[in-house]
Amino acid sequence: MSEHVAPPVLSTRKFSLWYGSHQAVIEVDLDIAERQITAIIGPSGCGKSTLIRAFNRLNDLIPGVRTAGQILFRGEPLYGRGVDPVEVRRRIGMVFQKPNPFPKSVFENVAFGLRINGFRGDLKAKVEEALARAALLDEVKGDLHRKTGYDLSGGQQQRLCIARALAVDPEVLLMDEPCSALDPIATAKIEDLIRELASSVTVVIVTHNMQQAARVSDYTAFMLLGELVECGPTRELFTRPKDSRTEAYITGRFG
Amino acid sequence: MVREAFDRELRALEEEVVLLGEAVAEATLRAVDALRRKDAALAQRVDEDDEGINERWLALEERCLELLATQQPAAGDLRVLLAIVHIATDLERMGDHAAGVARLVLRIGDEPLIKPLIDIPRMADLAAGMLRDSLQAFLARDAAWARAVAARDDEVDALHDQVHRELFLLMIENPRTITQATYLMWASHGLERIADLVTNVCERVVFVATGTLEDLNPGRG
Repeated sequence: MSEHVAPPVLSTRKFSLWYGSHQAVIEVDLDIAERQITAIIGPSGCGKSTLIRAFNRLNDLIPGVRTAGQILFRGEPLYGRGVDPVEVRRRIGMVFQKPNPFPKSVFENVAFGLRINGFRGDLKAKVEEALARAALLDEVKGDLHRKTGYDLSGGQQQRLCIARALAVDPEVLLMDEPCSALDPIATAKIEDLIRELASSVTVVIVTHNMQQAARVSDYTAFMLLGELVECGPTRELFTRPKDSRTEAYITGRFG
Repeated sequence: MVREAFDRELRALEEEVVLLGEAVAEATLRAVDALRRKDAALAQRVDEDDEGINERWLALEERCLELLATQQPAAGDLRVLLAIVHIATDLERMGDHAAGVARLVLRIGDEPLIKPLIDIPRMADLAAGMLRDSLQAFLARDAAWARAVAARDDEVDALHDQVHRELFLLMIENPRTITQATYLMWASHGLERIADLVTNVCERVVFVATGTLEDLNPGRG
């Protein structure tokens, strides 16, 4: 990503992560460019989800996890002393594979993060703004307090979770297989949304769907057995990958 | 996931494009042979056979389209498939030029040739040889070989210029040769175009092998 003049939002420097004695991420050096969409692809168990979880310190909660090397967030160590994981998770939001709305109203789902962060502005306006950014507002406008998250379709639930993440104005949005539980139309909507979001937020998406990575991302990183094999502009990686392992994976020769 | 069926079909398409190229090389040589010997029956067959080349080109493109739509090839596979589509299109156009040369035999009819044909058959030999080698370079994914084949286009161009000069002189000396000399110029032009189109094939070979599109015939092709 050397062609980017702006400093990366997130960078890993020889970052490694172990679950007990198993090393899931091996000395990864990766830069995440600001307001670009970076896709991380690779076969199951390659460490891509572990890496994206490390970006908002979700692995902290897992016993036996140990890390080495560094992750820098705007140049500051993410795992440094005195860094508040809750503040990290506000600035670096996450959306998961399966939509996980709360059993509360649509409004409360989105307002939740704002409330726990002590938001003091116009809550209604902020919730509606987040729903609009997640391309969901038009579909739920009359039912903000009547419907719960569970009353929505799968695709709407995922967009609700995106709205919930966006409400606290994160700088980075991490998405771990955000469409794998959705049908093609709901997937297409989320993909359109991801492209729109990139104008205001940096997106990192983990996907095992290579066509999805090719469609939505500006950069693609390919991981294998815990290592970062190759990262480059998506159009390059999918037409003329440099590493034969990348070639083998994206042409379906293994994985 | 080893994609055996996909690999098989991709290899089959490569073989078909090479066979189609062989048919075009053969048509080129036969068209010029018919011209040299003024064999109207052979010329007629070459012209008719071009229909078969067109049909094979369309069928090949249809199979490529199907593979693109259903298999979402990427990287090296995508470059090969795209190259096959391009090469097949160039082959179809070469076939048209060969058929065009054959039809000139029918136009010349019973009239004796205004000169023995020496350079035009040499152009056909060179063009057909370039075509065959370009497709072997494709199978071998050999960019250096493809560049060397494309460089041979200069020889064809030089012969084309020579044929033109010679025919101009004939026309100046004897205006009654103008009609046939014009036909022979068209024949020479058709062969020169075939060699130009071979340089396109060579460019696709380089693209498949290296991922980079190079212009191997600047200002032409």
